[in-house]
Amino acid sequence: MYRIRFHGRGGQGMKTASRLLGTAFFLAGYQVQDAPRYGAERRGAPIFAFVRAAKAAIFERGIIREPDLVVVADDSLVPVPMAGVLQGADPHTVMLLNTGESAETWRHRLNYPGTLLTLPAEAAERAELRFVGATCAGAAARLLGVIPRETLAAALHQELAAHGEAVVQRNLDQALAAFDAMAEHAGCVGEGAAVGLDRAPAPAWVELPVDPADAAAAAIHAGATSVEVRTGLWRILRPVIDYARCNRCWWVCSEFCPDSAIKVVDGRPEIDYDHCKGCMICVAQCPPHAIAAVPERQFSEAKA
Amino acid sequence: MTRALITGNQAAAWGARLARAEYVPAFPITPQTEIIETLAKWIDHGAMDCRMVMLESEHSMITAAGAAAATGVRVFTATSSQGLMYAMEMLYSVPGMRAPLVLVNVSRGLQTPLTLEPDHNDVLAARDSGFLQIHCATCQEVLDQTLIAYRLAEHHKVRLPVLVNLDGFYLSFTREPVEIPEPAAVDRFLPGYDAETTRFHAGEPVSQGVAVLGSSPYSYFRYEDHLAALQGLPAYEAIAAEFAAQFGRDYAPVELYRSDDAEFALFMIGSFATKAKDAVDRMREAGWRVGLVRPRLLRPYPDAALRRALAGKRGVAVVDQNLSLGKGGILHSELASVLYGQPDAPPILASFIGGLGGRDIGPEEFFEMIRIVRQAAETGITPPPRLLFTENELREVRKMQAIAHVERKEAAK
Repeated sequence: MYRIRFHGRGGQGMKTASRLLGTAFFLAGYQVQDAPRYGAERRGAPIFAFVRAAKAAIFERGIIREPDLVVVADDSLVPVPMAGVLQGADPHTVMLLNTGESAETWRHRLNYPGTLLTLPAEAAERAELRFVGATCAGAAARLLGVIPRETLAAALHQELAAHGEAVVQRNLDQALAAFDAMAEHAGCVGEGAAVGLDRAPAPAWVELPVDPADAAAAAIHAGATSVEVRTGLWRILRPVIDYARCNRCWWVCSEFCPDSAIKVVDGRPEIDYDHCKGCMICVAQCPPHAIAAVPERQFSEAKA
Repeated sequence: MTRALITGNQAAAWGARLARAEYVPAFPITPQTEIIETLAKWIDHGAMDCRMVMLESEHSMITAAGAAAATGVRVFTATSSQGLMYAMEMLYSVPGMRAPLVLVNVSRGLQTPLTLEPDHNDVLAARDSGFLQIHCATCQEVLDQTLIAYRLAEHHKVRLPVLVNLDGFYLSFTREPVEIPEPAAVDRFLPGYDAETTRFHAGEPVSQGVAVLGSSPYSYFRYEDHLAALQGLPAYEAIAAEFAAQFGRDYAPVELYRSDDAEFALFMIGSFATKAKDAVDRMREAGWRVGLVRPRLLRPYPDAALRRALAGKRGVAVVDQNLSLGKGGILHSELASVLYGQPDAPPILASFIGGLGGRDIGPEEFFEMIRIVRQAAETGITPPPRLLFTENELREVRKMQAIAHVERKEAAK
């Protein structure tokens, strides 16, 4: 059975990527199971999606613990513990990373045990935000080596048809470019084995102690947590205020911000980038169009 | 017939569409919302001739569903978790009206604390309501059982509402290959609803849910509902056999997987049971004689089929994805009640609580459960109930509690 895990941020199209690959497998004659996994759905939050494919019926369900292929659409997720990008990766696991840095850098940084590949520069460059899902699915299809190019195209048509021909074409260009770019690694991902008794150590179950009621009640006793969590790290796009255009209306952007991340100080709006998740609602609402959406990557590159 | 990759939610919606449901009272809740979104789109595009109404709560939704069913139209509705809880008063009220309808529940754990992922405490809280219950393990089963549910609900000896359950995330958001039957084929299996005497129309007044002060009539009416629910068992068997003959998919009240010659059995409901099948295959490879017994029908309870399935087994591991606080696993005590005193009942009936709030159950845990039951069969001593929860998980919780503890100190300042 093939077990593939896609990691990305809410809004990057990982659910779409998993469905593109799932449908491609399905059209190639496989039994398939694909599903996204997330908490309360939020743009920018770490999410993952998975695909299982096999020639026989699939009985496994839920999280993939031992992936054959891990696709990471956003390298900023690697160090985020809750994203669990590296979970279950072993020497047979291929990791495909969308990153501006080299595969060598990441291999060394992570001491990665298996094959670590990056989306080739031209594909990565073309993997504009809106198409990164298609790019990842295209590259993954080639790495698996069992999905023909035209089957990938047919799957993409089927999955995205509702969005119109133009959207299909642009995604198709990205997906096929990524498919072609991974030619030299075609088929490098193998099917993992089932977890049999021979490699399943007994679970370390525990007896739960009887804890006092105030510890065992699921309660948070202060509002400190939301401040401590830097949700600004979820941002893919950054809202940037052009104060020359801002007409000091003092309330529209701050009122619409669902995260209370815009404060008005002396009639001037200020964005708290530690907690702005990049939903871009302020960009859409600002009456004089004084807020621009700038890809976060530009800021990290500028810093570097 | 079309074979397509669809989610469990879409499969439920297909069931309602192919059943030609005429009225859908609705209210959104995660992880069920995709069902009504899908139906809304079809109704909007004219693919379904149906009236959908958004109610202001699940309580009103079930009230509307029951009232509409009493007029003799085919009714579909869906909810999940807290929504099912909010509808609870009406869940117990509607069955006594003897007006059939189908309610899909997408299982999700109940608060407190709040979660989005599945376990079966929501649907089992409706266990005693008079809604018959069918539990699904695959997306295909969700579609097929929705069709079977209408036949069962509308059966003239039954005429009770039926609840079809699927697990949140593990089925609701998971796509699997599903055969979507042709409408004409479904029409042959499930013709239009013959409401018989269920006709609450303008100009023909009926008082539903009347008061019967004095205990004798109350006992009579309640027990009649119970007898009708029991009639559901032979009715379901006949309907499932007809479905199998027409569509080639067998939905006997109890699914048996490699259990005929098994010495030990896993016993569970819902989608996690397919994980158990995988574990059974692995244990068979190692020479262990293990099988799976999965009731699809939970109300009415298939007593005889379960006794037959487990007769002569040396031990059973009951995996409850639910918890009756202060008692334990609900499936475990229900199964014990039908096996107790039977001459060839398995001597060991071990209770495991797992998969609460969607917690995964790993293959190594299925292996360990069977190891424990095998050992118990040797010693003749039933092991105490066991929560599937590891040292690592406790460590994680302790970390969260440590943070909450610091916050408490901060708050006290």
